[in-house]
Amino acid sequence: MNGEAPNTADWQDALYDLLRQNGVTQFAYVPDAGHARLIDRSLADNGAHSVPLTTEEEGVALLAGADLGGARAVLLMQSSGVGNCVNLLSLMKGGRFPLLTIVSMRGDFGEGNPWQYPMGQAVEPVLAAMGVICLRIERPEEVLPTAGAALTMAFQSGQAVAVLLTQKLLGAKKF
Amino acid sequence: MSTSTSGIAAAPAPRYLLDRTTAVPALVGRHQDFLIVAGLAGTAKDVAALTRDGANAYCLAGAMGAAAMMGLGLALAQPERKVLVLTGDGELLMNVGSLATIAVLNPANLSIVCVDNGHYGETGYQKSHTSLGVDLERIAAGAGIRVTRSIENEDGLADGQRLIRAGNATCFVLLRVKPTDGPKLKRIMDPSLCRDRFRAALLSNN
Repeated sequence: MNGEAPNTADWQDALYDLLRQNGVTQFAYVPDAGHARLIDRSLADNGAHSVPLTTEEEGVALLAGADLGGARAVLLMQSSGVGNCVNLLSLMKGGRFPLLTIVSMRGDFGEGNPWQYPMGQAVEPVLAAMGVICLRIERPEEVLPTAGAALTMAFQSGQAVAVLLTQKLLGAKKF
Repeated sequence: MSTSTSGIAAAPAPRYLLDRTTAVPALVGRHQDFLIVAGLAGTAKDVAALTRDGANAYCLAGAMGAAAMMGLGLALAQPERKVLVLTGDGELLMNVGSLATIAVLNPANLSIVCVDNGHYGETGYQKSHTSLGVDLERIAAGAGIRVTRSIENEDGLADGQRLIRAGNATCFVLLRVKPTDGPKLKRIMDPSLCRDRFRAALLSNN
C-alpha cells in the first residue's frame, strides 16, 4: 500500500451513514482530501448542516454550541488542525461537552513531506494532554466498529474522542 | 455608520460614550426572548447581571474566541429559538474568521452583538485593535453578514433592539461603550454545571 491510496469511497459512505443514523446533524470541517467524501455527502444532505470553517478551533466551539442546543456535531480535520484547537479543547474538558472528531493523519506512515511530521507526530500526545481519547484506525474493516465505539463514548458517556484515520488506512500522499 | 470612501484613515474616530451597564440591557431588552452565549470577561458579566445568572445563558470564563461559533452551533440546533451572542472586541478579534463562517451559514435566528470598549479590560485596559483603527462592523459586513449596525449613542439602541429580533438573516451589531468594568454579580463558574443547567432548562421543556 505504500504511496498508493486505496479506494476509500466505500467505507467513507458507510461512515457517513453511521454518523447520520446516530443523530449527527452538523458536519464541521476545513477542506481535506482525506474527508472529501464525508464533506461531499454533508453538502448534498438536506437533513444536515455542512459547516466549512476558516480554522479548526471554530469547529470545537461549534460542537459545544450544538450540544447546548441538544444536537450532535462532528469535527472533520487533518492532523495539522489539531494544533489549532488546543486551547478551545479546555472548553470541552471543563464543560464535559461531548467531542467527536475524525482526524485524517499526515506526518505518519510513509509521509513524503517533511513539513507534516512535527504536528503529525504530536497529535496523540497533544490530544492526550487535553483529555481527548485517541482511537487509531489502520484497516478499512476497523472503520465502522471504531466509529461506532467513538459515537457511544462521546454522546452516551460525554467523553472527548478523536478517531485517527492513519496513513496506513488512507495511504500516503505522493510527492 | 461611516460614509467614508477612502479607507480607515479617513473614517471618523470611533466614539466610546455609552455606559455598558445601561446600554447592554437597553439593547437586549427582554432577555428571555433569547438563548444567549456570552464571551469571557466583560460580556459574561453583562449577561450574568442581565439574566441574574439565568439558565438561558452560557457565559464563558475562558476558551477565548469561542462565543460566536458556539452561537452558530446553538442556532443551527435550535432553529425555532432566537440565539444571541454577546462578545467583546478582544474576544471576537481572537477568532475573527468565525464571522466568515457564520456569514456562509447565515442562520436567520442568530444575532451577534460585539460590546466594543476598544480595550482588553480584564488584563488592565490595554488598547485593542478597535481603538487603533480596526472596525469590526466593516469586517462583519465584508465577511458577508448581511445586516450590520454600529451603535454609539442612545438614539441607536431601540433600533438595535428591533434588529436583533428581526430574524431575516444573521445580524451583527457593534455596540461601542466606554472602557469601564461590567456589572458585578457572583455567578456560577463551573463550566460543566452551567452546561447541564442550560440543557436542562432548554431541552426538558421541549
